[in-house]
Amino acid sequence: MALQTLNFEFQAETPETMTKEWSHLGVTGSGDLEVLMEKKNLGGKVQAKVVTPVKGFDEVWRRMLGKFVNDCQVGDVSIEINDDNATPIVVYMRLRQAWAEASEKEAE
Amino acid sequence: MEFKSTRREWNTLQKDTLARKSAADQYVKEGKIVDAKDTVALLETVIKPYDKVNIEGNNQKQADFLAKKLCEVDPSKVHDLHMVQSVLTLPEHLDVFEKGIAKKLDMSFSGPQAGRIAQFLKEGKLELGAIHTYLELYGRYFVDLTPKVALVAATMADRDGNLFTGFSTEDTPVIVEATKFRQGIVVAQVNQIVDKLPRVDIPGDWVDYVIESPKPFYIEPLFTRDPALITDAQILKAMMAIKGIYGEYGVERLNHGIGFDTAAIELLLPTYGEELGLKGKICKHFILNPHPTLIPAIESGWVESVHSFGGELGMEAYVAARSDVFFVGPDGSMRSNRAFSQTAGHYAIDMFIGGTLQIDPYGNSSTATASRVAGFGGAPNMGCDAKGRRHSTAAWLKVGDEYALKDQLYGPVRRGKRLVVQIAETFREKLAPGFVEELDAFALAKNAKLPIEPVMLYGDDLTHIITEEGIAYLHKCGSMEERTAAIRGIAGFTEVGMKADPKETKRLRTAGIIKTPEDLGIAIGRANRSMLAAKNVHELVEWSHGLYNPPAKFRNW
Repeated sequence: MALQTLNFEFQAETPETMTKEWSHLGVTGSGDLEVLMEKKNLGGKVQAKVVTPVKGFDEVWRRMLGKFVNDCQVGDVSIEINDDNATPIVVYMRLRQAWAEASEKEAE
Repeated sequence: MEFKSTRREWNTLQKDTLARKSAADQYVKEGKIVDAKDTVALLETVIKPYDKVNIEGNNQKQADFLAKKLCEVDPSKVHDLHMVQSVLTLPEHLDVFEKGIAKKLDMSFSGPQAGRIAQFLKEGKLELGAIHTYLELYGRYFVDLTPKVALVAATMADRDGNLFTGFSTEDTPVIVEATKFRQGIVVAQVNQIVDKLPRVDIPGDWVDYVIESPKPFYIEPLFTRDPALITDAQILKAMMAIKGIYGEYGVERLNHGIGFDTAAIELLLPTYGEELGLKGKICKHFILNPHPTLIPAIESGWVESVHSFGGELGMEAYVAARSDVFFVGPDGSMRSNRAFSQTAGHYAIDMFIGGTLQIDPYGNSSTATASRVAGFGGAPNMGCDAKGRRHSTAAWLKVGDEYALKDQLYGPVRRGKRLVVQIAETFREKLAPGFVEELDAFALAKNAKLPIEPVMLYGDDLTHIITEEGIAYLHKCGSMEERTAAIRGIAGFTEVGMKADPKETKRLRTAGIIKTPEDLGIAIGRANRSMLAAKNVHELVEWSHGLYNPPAKFRNW
């Protein structure tokens, strides 16, 4: 199946960046996805790159990623997603999980 | 005034049956037993053109040997049959139309054969009477769709034709009673002929012929869901259901539709349900097939009773060992009588919850697609408000009291309302949208020339929709406009949801008509597989103390 690559950019109102340098979560299995998050100086913005086999859902991706960035006030992060037919809520849940992991404070 | 009485014979049906039976005497070996090799000859003798014929096609158990043999009759002898049967599952159920043996069909459900029915309708090979619910079709067996000949399946028979249908009784009693008491002919295929039956489910004098089939009847493990395949999104919706509906209304008596969403709910009762303190307050009485995923809830003391429509492969020993919960006969095995279970599901439960393929902005939902005539089986009997109900329970009264249209429709009379709940992800696998502006049922009605759209649950019966976005409490809506706004508000990024007005959605949240996971106090991060009481089939076997014996295809350890 031909894959397509989508690129998005978001800006939250009061963004905070992640504590770790990078975070990785999930696998590109059927109905699921892999999320990579990397701390990057983007002037507070978020860049997202999505590789997906599903066509015609650009607007859904834009809205779902936008919802995540706004709900969690994410900034200065580069997100890379390798998708295999995940539904929007699965995408959202994985993003939230990856964000929780990326924002964990190091054990003292 | 002069009364004219009709002069006619009043026992023509009986005479006709006796004539057919005497012509078939040559095939009877001993008692009521006919050799499997004489089946085609028997069918050609007892079935006449234009007869109404029932092949016992159930949701699970299939009279597969007789179905196959009916396809082998000579179409010049037997043709234009009117098939009246609840489920069409086997290829043979449609082959009889292809071969010109049958012409007309009245049915309830046709999973795997749904595409061929639509195709045959188009090609003129088949005339469709109607797509019924189970109870509706059983009702018509006693009015205008009484079979002349019924081809049924049983587990065992004795030489006098007594039948043991046992664990998988399903439709047999209702088919045989309708057929025999209107002078029809009953042919039974059985797995085994024995001297003494464990118990008699169908009396021998209602059965004309018994055939030991070369292979046991086919049965499908339709209700087994492997917990290993339950997703985090299903767990989230299950948590919302338990807290926002089961707990909110105190639902004690219910039916679960088939699917992973309801399997997730069953597996969260001993964990999340326990945590919410709901044990003893919800899920006490089920009308439900013996779902393996219900085992942990039963074993941890949640469930008082379960009455089943049919059996489920591998659950025989577990059910037999839990006769306080399931309906088990004096011989120690369950009897599942679909007609009674459907009656209970229509009148005696407070909630139906199940999945669907499509929901429209009015709340109508359907599993129909444009090119498949599938029907809905029993779901509409349970997924509706039973208007004949006259007993009350707390859950039923609470929904009735909350019903926004009650003053307009009921006046001063207090009435309850069934909880009818659809649980759906906004997008299913392959990103098929769960919400659409127009149901595919409209295209199907046009394609198959049906007089009404095949809608599974009507919007005016639907009280709640659960998606990952939130729960819509539709019965609290005072107008169609408000109902549509509530549905759009939880329809996510589907074409229906994209039209939601964020201000209106916010107002509906304030009014308690929409509740998001956040409104319900559910942290999305908790929705993961660690919440499940059993995470795979092997753990279900452990919960059952080794009594559950899963079919080979579910044994992956």
